[in-house]
Amino acid sequence: MRIGVVTFPGSLDDRDAQRAVRLAGAKPVALWHGDHDLQGVDAIVLPGGFSYGDYLRCGAIAAHSPIMAEVVSAANAGTPVLGICNGFQILVESHLLPGGLIRNDHGDFICRDQRLRVENADTAWTNAFTAGQEITIPLKNGEGGFIADAETLARLEGEGQVAFRYLDVNPNGSANDIAGITNARGNVVGLMPHPEHATEAGFGPDTAAAMRSGIDGLAFFTSAIRALAAV
Amino acid sequence: MPIIVVEVMPKAELLDPQGKAVAGALHRLGKDQFSAVRIGKRFELTVDGTVDDALLAEVRTLADEMFSNSVIEDVVSITVDGEAR
Repeated sequence: MRIGVVTFPGSLDDRDAQRAVRLAGAKPVALWHGDHDLQGVDAIVLPGGFSYGDYLRCGAIAAHSPIMAEVVSAANAGTPVLGICNGFQILVESHLLPGGLIRNDHGDFICRDQRLRVENADTAWTNAFTAGQEITIPLKNGEGGFIADAETLARLEGEGQVAFRYLDVNPNGSANDIAGITNARGNVVGLMPHPEHATEAGFGPDTAAAMRSGIDGLAFFTSAIRALAAV
Repeated sequence: MPIIVVEVMPKAELLDPQGKAVAGALHRLGKDQFSAVRIGKRFELTVDGTVDDALLAEVRTLADEMFSNSVIEDVVSITVDGEAR
């Protein structure tokens, strides 16, 4: 199983995403924004960071990268695609996911271990969870406020396309506490928090058991492996 | 060379935290004449050649599809050398 991670100019968490893929049991493949080549990968991760310095709008310039033409085609053909933070922003700018992400309502950059509820455990990136499961993974963003018009929000809620919801506190003013969403088919998922930073004991969020022992993010990547194995 | 100016604003119904922060700063400076501030973007496109209808149509498309994101922003004006088009 080969999972590609696209590096854009200004990506920061591409190496962490590659590491998460490896820890989950798949082979990470480094993909380059300027290529028109997915190197035959089975799934794709768009990692976090600040592509193009967040110029124009977060993710907007990266959404026009050469490789995004292939990513969009692959996504439309059913390939699992996960967008994390800046990757989520790129997915909405590419219209692979609905809605938009705006500056946090309180105006500050936020970095915290964030509790989430898995609302949809039937997607390519969430099937190793159970619906309603509560997880904790890091969140770090300045422009993570998810918004969409009333009709789109109603559709996302009604069709089960809300994948993750913030618990305890809404950290950025997102509509309906939405932390992540999926497309109707369930192969494209985007979220602001960072599963790749919670995949190895010693480097994750604190848990009741031990400091930095949280690995709730690992199941995102094992989910994709399961989804691909089931095809 | 002619300059086409495209102006983009965050949608009126959406919170503009950047504008809100500036409004807060104005208030702290004692400038209480202003009840709100909203901040948008201005794009100046210097044209190599003349501006015709085809180019303006292309700029309109770019304004809608690249310079702005219709989910969160509106294109509020497109002008050429100061004249609305």
